[in-house]
This record gives sequence, C-alpha cells and structure tokens, in this order.
Amino acid sequence: MVNGLLRGLERLGAATRKAVTRLGFASRFLIAVLRHTPTAFLRLPLTLREIYFAGVLSLVIIVLSGLFVGMVLGLQGYDILSRYGSSEALGTMVTLSLVRELGPVVAALLFAGRAGSAITAEIGLMKTTDQLQAMEMMAVDPLARVVAPKFWGGVISMPFLAALFSASGVFGGYLVGVQLIGLDSGAFWSNMQAAVDFQLDIVNGIIKSAVFGVIVTWIAVFEGYDTKPTAEGVSAATTRTVVEASLAVLAADFILTVFMFRGV
Amino acid sequence: MVSLSSLSDEAASLTDVTFGYTPSRPILSGISMRIPRGKVVAIMGGSGCGKTTILRLLAGQVKPSAGRVVVNGQSVPELKKAELYTLRRRLGFLFQFGALFTDMPVFENVAFPLREHTDLPEPLIRDLVLMKLNAVGLRGAAHLGTNELSGGMARRVALARAIALDPLLMMYDEPFTGLDPISLGVVSQLIRRLNDALGITSIVVTHDIYQSLNIVDYIYFVAAGGIIAEGTPAAIRASTDPFVKQFVNGEDDGPVPLHMKAPPLAEDFLGRMGV
Ligand SMILES: Nc1ncnc2c1ncn2[C@@H]1O[C@H](COP(=O)(O)OP(=O)(O)OP(=O)(O)O)[C@@H](O)[C@H]1O
Ligand SMILES: [Mg+2]
Repeated sequence: MVNGLLRGLERLGAATRKAVTRLGFASRFLIAVLRHTPTAFLRLPLTLREIYFAGVLSLVIIVLSGLFVGMVLGLQGYDILSRYGSSEALGTMVTLSLVRELGPVVAALLFAGRAGSAITAEIGLMKTTDQLQAMEMMAVDPLARVVAPKFWGGVISMPFLAALFSASGVFGGYLVGVQLIGLDSGAFWSNMQAAVDFQLDIVNGIIKSAVFGVIVTWIAVFEGYDTKPTAEGVSAATTRTVVEASLAVLAADFILTVFMFRGV
Repeated sequence: MVSLSSLSDEAASLTDVTFGYTPSRPILSGISMRIPRGKVVAIMGGSGCGKTTILRLLAGQVKPSAGRVVVNGQSVPELKKAELYTLRRRLGFLFQFGALFTDMPVFENVAFPLREHTDLPEPLIRDLVLMKLNAVGLRGAAHLGTNELSGGMARRVALARAIALDPLLMMYDEPFTGLDPISLGVVSQLIRRLNDALGITSIVVTHDIYQSLNIVDYIYFVAAGGIIAEGTPAAIRASTDPFVKQFVNGEDDGPVPLHMKAPPLAEDFLGRMGV
C-alpha cells in the first residue's frame, strides 16, 4: 500500500522532471531560432514561401470553418436571445463570441492541425533523410535556413487567419440572422458596431491570436527538429504537435482571458 | 614503395584519437591515420566499427575526448563555429543516400551551395551547375525532380552538389551500397576521375573491398577502435594477415567477429524464458 503510493509518487516525479527538461530544451531552441530572426527577414523570399505554405494554403479551411461556425452561432444565438425578447442583439453576440474567443481559438486549433502538423512533418522528414545534416556539412545553418523562416511564416500568418475566421463568421451570422430568419439588417449591423469596443475586443483578440501563433509554430518547429529520425518518429512527432499545440492554445486562452476580461 | 609517413603534405590526419558517444562505450581508442594530399584513401571495417564516426570527427560534427584531428592544417576541435563553417565550405561530403533536398529540383540542389556561399550572377551559376552535372553524366537530368531519380542517379547528383564549391577534401560515406553493378562501376570510376581531374583528396568509407582495391591508393582497416591493418592495394592483395584475408575473401567469421558483443546465447534465450 505505502509502497504503491511511493512508486506512484516516484513515477509522477520522473514524469515531471522529464516534462520540465523538455520545456527547457524547447526554450533554448526558441532562443536559438530567435537569434536567427535577421536571416529570416533579410532573406525575405524564404519567409514569404513559408507564409504561403502555412497561411495562404490554410485560407480555404479557415474561411469555410468560420462561415459554418458563424451560421451555427446565428441559429443558437437567435434561439436563446429570442427567449428574452432581445433577438436584435444577435449581431453583437455573434461578433463578440467570434472576435474575443472563437476566432483566435478555433483558427489556432485549425492552424495546428493544418499547418503545424505540416511544419513538423517537413522538418522531421528533412532530419530523417539527412537533409539537415547535409546542410550543416555544406556550412549552412539549418536553424537559419529552414527553421527561422518557418517559425516567422507561421507567427505572421496566424493573426491574419484569425481575423479572417472572425470576419467570415460574422458574415455567416448575418446570413442566418438577416437572410434566413429575417432580422432587420440595419439593427444587426448598428447594434454590433455600437457594442464592439476596439481596444477591449478587437485588440485583445489580435493579441490572443498572435500569442497562439507563437505557441503553435514554436511547438511545430521544435517537435520537427527533435524528431526521432525514423518513420515512426516523424508520425509520432506530428501527432504530438497537434495534441500539445491544441492543449497549449486552450490553456493559454484561459490565462489570457482571465487577464483581459476579468471584472468587465 | 613510398611509405606514407615520408609524405609530409597531408590533407587530413587523426593522431591518437579517442572518442565515444557515451563515456561508457568508447568507439575509437587511440586511432591514428594520415590522408595524403591528392590521394584516394579507403577506410574499411565491419558495420558499427566507427567509420562514419571518423568522417564526423574530420568534419567537426563531434569532438574527440583525446588526440588531434587536423584538416588542411587546422586543428578541427579547436575551431569556433564560424571558423568551422569556413572550413566546411572546402569539404565535400557525400551521404549514403545522397540527402538531396526533396523540395528542390536537381538543378537547384546543385546550385544550393553556390547560392548560399557566393554572389555569382545567375548565368554563371547556371554554367557552373551544368558543368558539375556534366561531370557526373547527368546534365540531362537538370530539370528533373528528386523523386524522379533512381538511387544511383540521386547519389551522382549529390556528388555534383558536393563538388559545386570545388572542395579540397571529398568524403564519401558508403558510396557503393545498394547500387547495381553498372552504377557501381560508374560511381567508383567517378570518384577516381574527379579526384584526379580536380586535384583533390578523397576519403571513401566502404565495405566494398573489390571497388576499393581497384580505385584507391591506400586502405585502412578499422576494428576494435583502432587500425588493424593498412597498405596499398597491391600490399593488401599480397597480405597474409588473417584480418586482411578475412576481408578480401569475405569470410563471415574470423578475427573480426560477426556478432556484436553480447551475453552468451544460452543466457539470453533461457533467461528470457525465465528458466
Ligand atoms: N549518434 C549516436 N549516438 C550514440 N551512439 C552512436 C551514434 N552514432 C553511432 N553510434 C554508435 O557508434 C558506433 C559506430 O558508429 P558508426 O556509424 O561510426 O559505424 P560505421 O562503421 O559507420 O558502421 P556502418 O558500416 O554500419 O555504417 C556504432 O556502434 C553505433 O552504435
Ligand atoms: Mg556508417
């Protein structure tokens, strides 16, 4: 009994130590990548290419998802609000939900699945097939040539994707609320404009998505670089990226929300 | 016969080098070898004896725990990162499977070192790339993607990439494995031809004793962390040393054991069954 308890504690301790060590590695890796930031921007085509792969290629999934989420919000919101006779607040509700929470969070989750996994897989495969080592042997630092541009490509793309998600969500809400249910279009837009605060809602939403962008891309490049150089290693790393990034985004969202909207 | 020690001009050398990835298992213990300038030298030995590790030591990827590693007159372990990178621009390294960049076509792969390290104008880069591809017989493949190459072609493209910056020293890690007999002959002749045409020095790590005997100037046999035999191909052919004979005749067990060090067979099998 006591022995079992001790062994459990021991295992917990070992796991904690491993997690902290890994976090330490990841942090040192992030610092090393940040030190190569000048290369990423001096050689703009490299970063633009990554913005294309991480950002532009995610546009379709982001816009479509935003549209559907907005339409669902429109339906559910109308159902709830009409019980209190305040269905004209639908625009406000849909927009605030999207700009404050769903835009940054859902876009980041989709980004982790679509772009984060791709970043991890690409770096992991380059490592597995000796391409990173070959680069090093040619006196080219893979952190500068491969990792830093991918990191900044992801970090830059994320806020735009989140904004786009929110915008298409609002449009989806408009489609359901005004076009389908028949609410007054003027009330929908003007109530919304009056209720949304630029600093509190828009800026905080942008801050959130920027933080999520850093978190997701950081995890993606680290897991790729840290891949065990085998086929199973790459697939395990890709899975880890999606799981860790999703959890980290949700946890960070809670913390950020506490600081941003506390007592409002 | 010229003895190697009388040739003072060496492209690279190891002197009493000791190294292990973990302190508990040393891979190399007090190994010494010299690579004379302009020659093709083979490093042979059983799987896992540390041949690739020797190349990594020469390229500064790992540091010895004792001994000297000198490449082109510079002590490699003492170089700072920037100096090491400057040295590496003069080294060519051919990975076993080529390690071509899969996101670029053949042409861009060969152009990669030129674009990274020089400011040459585009027409000049084009000419250089086609020249290097021509040297390996693949000028016609310039526009192909890396997925359209066979294993032997990929290795030749990687070779063109490795010589793009005119290295002083070429290192080949098992360039012959997995090639059909024709590609094998092509690649081995290529190694010799490039060495002589470009006036460089080559180190070839390989299991293939027949190719080695045909193209190289000198052979080192590595086992148990040190050199167990060495000599020119003629001397190796005539050798009566049991180690060398085992290699030349391809006998599976001899002084170099087939098996990695392990507990006795019975202990391992019976132990697992809980007997
Ligand atoms: N990164 C590493 N970490 C720990 N041990 C390693 C590492 N790389 C190689 N080793 C060990 O070092 C020894 C020598 O490896 P090395 O790759 O130099 O062998 P090799 O002679 O090139 O073998 P092969 O002919 O199979 O390529 C092997 O026993 C291997 O287990
Ligand atoms: Mg090897």
